[in-house]
Amino acid sequence: MPKIKLSERTIGLIKEVCASFGNQGSELINVLHQVQGKLGYLPAEVQELIARELNISVAKVYGVVTFYSFFTMIPMGEFPISICMGTACYVRGSEQVLAEFKRQLGIEVGQSTADGKFSLNCLRCVGACGLAPVVMVGEKVYGRVSTQMVKQIISEYKDGNVSEAKSA
Amino acid sequence: MEMINLTIDNKPVSVSKGTTVLKAAASAGIDIPTLCYMKLEDMNIENKPGGCRVCVVEVKGRRNLAPACCTEATEGMVIDTHSIRAINARRTVVELILSDHPADCLICAKSGNCDLQNLAHRMGIRKIHYQGEQSMYREDTSPAIIREINKCIMCRRCETMCNEVQTVGVLSAVNRGFQAVVAPAFEMNLDHSVCTYCGQCVAVCPTGALTEADETGAVIRALSDPTKTVIVQTAPAVRAALGEEFGMEAGSLVTGKMVAALRRLGFDYVFDTDFAADLTILEEGTELLNRLSKFLEGDKNVKLPILTSCCPAWVKFFEHQFPEMKDIPSSARSPQQMFGSIAKTYFAEKIGVKRENLVVVSIMPCLAKKYESSRPEFSVNDNPDVDFALSTRELAHLIHLSNLDFNSLPDEDFDAPLGESTGAAIIFGTTGGVIEAAVRTAYEVYTGKSLPRVDFEELRGMEGLRKATIDFDGTPINIGIAHGLGNARKLLEDIQAGHSEFHAIEIMSCPGGCIGGGGQPYHHGDAEVLKKRQRAIYSEDKNKTIRKSHENPYIVKLYEEFLGAPMSEKAHHLLHTKYFDRS
Repeated sequence: MPKIKLSERTIGLIKEVCASFGNQGSELINVLHQVQGKLGYLPAEVQELIARELNISVAKVYGVVTFYSFFTMIPMGEFPISICMGTACYVRGSEQVLAEFKRQLGIEVGQSTADGKFSLNCLRCVGACGLAPVVMVGEKVYGRVSTQMVKQIISEYKDGNVSEAKSA
Repeated sequence: MEMINLTIDNKPVSVSKGTTVLKAAASAGIDIPTLCYMKLEDMNIENKPGGCRVCVVEVKGRRNLAPACCTEATEGMVIDTHSIRAINARRTVVELILSDHPADCLICAKSGNCDLQNLAHRMGIRKIHYQGEQSMYREDTSPAIIREINKCIMCRRCETMCNEVQTVGVLSAVNRGFQAVVAPAFEMNLDHSVCTYCGQCVAVCPTGALTEADETGAVIRALSDPTKTVIVQTAPAVRAALGEEFGMEAGSLVTGKMVAALRRLGFDYVFDTDFAADLTILEEGTELLNRLSKFLEGDKNVKLPILTSCCPAWVKFFEHQFPEMKDIPSSARSPQQMFGSIAKTYFAEKIGVKRENLVVVSIMPCLAKKYESSRPEFSVNDNPDVDFALSTRELAHLIHLSNLDFNSLPDEDFDAPLGESTGAAIIFGTTGGVIEAAVRTAYEVYTGKSLPRVDFEELRGMEGLRKATIDFDGTPINIGIAHGLGNARKLLEDIQAGHSEFHAIEIMSCPGGCIGGGGQPYHHGDAEVLKKRQRAIYSEDKNKTIRKSHENPYIVKLYEEFLGAPMSEKAHHLLHTKYFDRS
């Protein structure tokens, strides 16, 4: 794993989150949740800093990060793509949609494209089953997605023409 | 105390409130099998995750089976420990564990000492009814400990030792489901982690997932090389435990038989680390008195308390976790390294053998000694002062290989000059022993008077943290003792905060001291074994004619012929060391 150097700003931000939970080891999951929310992911260096701030071992932090699928050590893309694998979406073909995203982007679930633009993840039910299968790009929701639509969705972001992306 | 009455396997049982079903059954002579559970009585060491479900029993009126190790006995409970349902569940659990366990018992380092193997035998498992994926995790080798994680059954005993008892925090359960393993952070190798190599994870691992780095092959090669002179040193705690490997009762002292066996294995000289322990006392004791005298004269810059430095896992612990305190411990090398240094200079010269042709082997109760001997500062031109450090278990293996009937060997004596030692040296093997040995010498040197009594009962025991004040003829000297790194951490934090009142502190990494070392015969969770070894150590001390290090005639001669005086320039060069910031 290549080492990264955390900026002073990032270090300050992480310390602030830890302090807001009283630097309590028992608040580890909340701290990880907030830090990932701000940084997008939890690289080794971030886990080491959190361990120091909360006075717990790095192995414990890593244990929690690897236990919960929500936490990731891989940076999310500028546009994180999530495909719903909930029951409704699944029976209406989200697996094929996911395969098409993988094929077009050339990445697996949990990875990011080399240019850092896209990352691919699965999620469970966004509460829009009527629109199944559902795909989210960032906060935007696309409904009734077919394999044919995948290319169109990707190109909306690739060209930097984000404003035209329509919410279904 | 409130008593609880229950029935186990039709026997009425009465136990105090809070007792587990497992202990209640044991009190009635019913031995429910366990696997992940481990408790060292009176030592504050307990692993009770209730994870393996081997100890499940049927409780009348309860829908599901209950794990005996973590179910409290309640009034009127009716328990069947061997109903067909309980036996079937237990069998299923063991078969499922075995279905993802390499079936290489014939060649496993833990064979014969494996709790899982014993359990499968006891349960009479003849067929595994489940077939599925097998874990395929890479092996991790380090200078002291080998991790073969495919053999891990996730009992979490190692995690308890590493985190709760030792507070080192290297091992944790990571990942989930079938991928779950116990590993260091980011699944790095042990030699990149803050592991101290104390080996307590190895000491409690029920299977072959954690074992020592085996160096017996290299020692056999050295012994059969006619160009080499091979000498051996044995640490004090080894003689109080080695007999267990040959079916003897825990606490059997086998000093003489051990010497006889080593001689028959082909070592040219059989020496004793105890000799170097006496030497350590002269160096460390002098350092203590130097610091103490300056302090009592009002020098506020002097570093007190002085901390012992014999234990290599403890040294690595403070180098990683308290690097800002690295000038507080004594600079004296450990007895193992003092021995190596003297052997490859003074003794090599005496017998006219070149350093490169002298091989020094140590027999140690410890796995960290393997790491210590590989530290670069303990080498001269890439030739280490100590070539190989074998554990007590590895020595037993060598003796078995050599077709010796250990129990019928005669008692023999160590060779001179590096085999002579005092009672002060032998007690290095137990918690409290190093500091008692230091007090015996420091008292006489400081006061110029003969000790009124040699035994310092106030320094002995099995409490994790102990303290005592010893009267140095009008000057009270405050002594602290910690064994187990978690206890050491507490004392260090006190020193950091400026609360420490101690002049000297002894620290040993392993619970019980070296008698409970990571290289000793497996205690299988029985704390009595450690207590019996401790009693053996004190009885050997009592039987020695000379019981103070500074009265060892060969030590006196070593200073006259070679070193000059304690803390002399030569002594400093050969017997002292420095510590590194590894944070």
